[in-house]
Amino acid sequence: MGQITLQDVQKSFGPVHIIKGADLEIADGSFVVFVGPSGCGKTTLLRLIAGLEDVSGGKILIDGKNVVDTPPAKRGLSMVFQSYALYPHMSVRGNIGFGLKMAGLSKDETNRKVEAAAATLNLTPYLDRKPRELSGGQRQRVAIGRAIVREPKAFLFDEPLSNLDAALRVQMRIEVTRLQKQLGTTAIYVTHDQVEAMTMADKIVVLNGGKIEQYGSPLDLYEKPANLFVAGFIGSPKMNFVTGEHALQKGAATIGVRPEHLKIERDGAGGWQGTIAVAEHLGSDTFLYVDAGPLGMLTARYIGELSLHAGDHVSLVPDPARIHRFDASGNAIRG
Amino acid sequence: MATRQTQLLARTLLMPAVGLLFIWMIVPLGLTIYFSTLHYSLLDPGSGAFVGLENFRYFLTDPAFLASLQNTLVLVGSVLALTVLLGIPLALLLDQPVIGLNIVRLMVIAPFFVMPTVSALVWKNLLMHPVSGLFAWIASVFGLTPIDWFTDAPLLAVILIVSWQWLPFATLILLTAMQSLDEEQKEAAEMDGASAISTFIYITLPHLARPITVVILIETIFLLTVFAEIYVTTGGGPGLSTTNIAFLIYSQALIQYDVGTASAGGLVAVVIANVVAFFLVRIVGRNLEA
Repeated sequence: MGQITLQDVQKSFGPVHIIKGADLEIADGSFVVFVGPSGCGKTTLLRLIAGLEDVSGGKILIDGKNVVDTPPAKRGLSMVFQSYALYPHMSVRGNIGFGLKMAGLSKDETNRKVEAAAATLNLTPYLDRKPRELSGGQRQRVAIGRAIVREPKAFLFDEPLSNLDAALRVQMRIEVTRLQKQLGTTAIYVTHDQVEAMTMADKIVVLNGGKIEQYGSPLDLYEKPANLFVAGFIGSPKMNFVTGEHALQKGAATIGVRPEHLKIERDGAGGWQGTIAVAEHLGSDTFLYVDAGPLGMLTARYIGELSLHAGDHVSLVPDPARIHRFDASGNAIRG
Repeated sequence: MATRQTQLLARTLLMPAVGLLFIWMIVPLGLTIYFSTLHYSLLDPGSGAFVGLENFRYFLTDPAFLASLQNTLVLVGSVLALTVLLGIPLALLLDQPVIGLNIVRLMVIAPFFVMPTVSALVWKNLLMHPVSGLFAWIASVFGLTPIDWFTDAPLLAVILIVSWQWLPFATLILLTAMQSLDEEQKEAAEMDGASAISTFIYITLPHLARPITVVILIETIFLLTVFAEIYVTTGGGPGLSTTNIAFLIYSQALIQYDVGTASAGGLVAVVIANVVAFFLVRIVGRNLEA
């Protein structure tokens, strides 16, 4: 079991209020991603759950039990650190088995569990190597092995893939997701990369300035962002925001349209007129950065190749069903 | 050095410095070797006859040699043990956030800046003096007989003084090493359920292996040649009880005015230092390999 509930969790460092009251319900076995820009408090929130920081107020319940006064090791959670934090003088076997050794398990028992964990992660040939003799991806797997071997109630991941190169990151992303599904253990994963968040999560928590902006499934966040921040943060390239007359016509202070929901017309008279400033041709997609005069820069995405180039005149027609409307305080207007 | 030109340039530019250093080293060494083969006594102006290895035989069979070799090893070993064993807990304490930490650190480091002669004099006259010393006063407060350090435990007294001087060095190196220990590693150990003691044994201590090696190697180099502390406090005595190799060579040359034997002793000391270094590097040097 690994059901985690946060009730009005607060954290301040001196006068600085980092977490301004977080309420969250994490179901057993789900993969939850905390995402937000740097300094939004996502790592702090994770460390509060881990017990590496003390809360300034509120409750953290793990399987219904308040753990705010429980030391980290007794909370039954395990963590994968950004730097992996492997013990450099211990072999892979020693690293993975350290927690079990500390828990007082017998040597045989420890070895059996370490070998089982290593087999899951394809680390068996490396058991007797030191961390410095491993590649980045292998170190990452050792760090994960150290987390799974203790059979925790939940895994906590603190930006674990940020030190890997792009190709390896995609591969590890898939491996981590698959492993979590296979073990069925609750996981909380912190990242600033919204692509990681969208691809891995069952549910995403978007944090900004110490507050939870929205909590929901990836597609929920994409289709129904609760406010301007979430709308701008989720999705790549970013959503286009238009204020002024066009927004007022729709009864909103700001309207947002995702680049993929703008229809590109070469010589249409309707829609938003502009000149292409930059055109990016990826083969699979074409991204157009259009200078639309008073509307500012707009981004449009076309699936496939579109032979338009910088300087060409285009008109962008938003898909009326996919216009997001926001009021003056930035909250979404529904209906 | 990527190309042949830069290599040549580097060598040419280094030449004067290397040459000077080489001459600086080779001339004294050559002269010492030369003197060690002569009957060369300052009390006998006509001396200077070639005597072969006679000086070495004389120095090595002198009963004072074995005694001073033993004293040297005991002194080096004890000071190393004391500075490392006390340096680790001190560094651990200084790594904690305490009010006035900068002042505490400064005071801990201070002994290292006191020159050996001065600190030896302070210890001899203000602390260990059997009549007017602080230790004697403390003993008398408790109704005990003051220890006459330089008569009853002369080698221990010298060891204490030298340890006091070198403790800051060990503490400082170990402290900086502790501060370089990755915070996430300690947190990982905490998540793994390691207690403070287990964290120290399994995480901190292995991390300190390399700095401890550095402390041992550097201290050994200097401790083999401890001289001022002995000269100022005990003058090598009583008897030979605080004479180490360095002091023995000094007494050959400047008390007995026998330059030939002193030169031979100097060369023996070089050999001893190399033997010690050889074993040290074999024992602890593997910690330095990355």
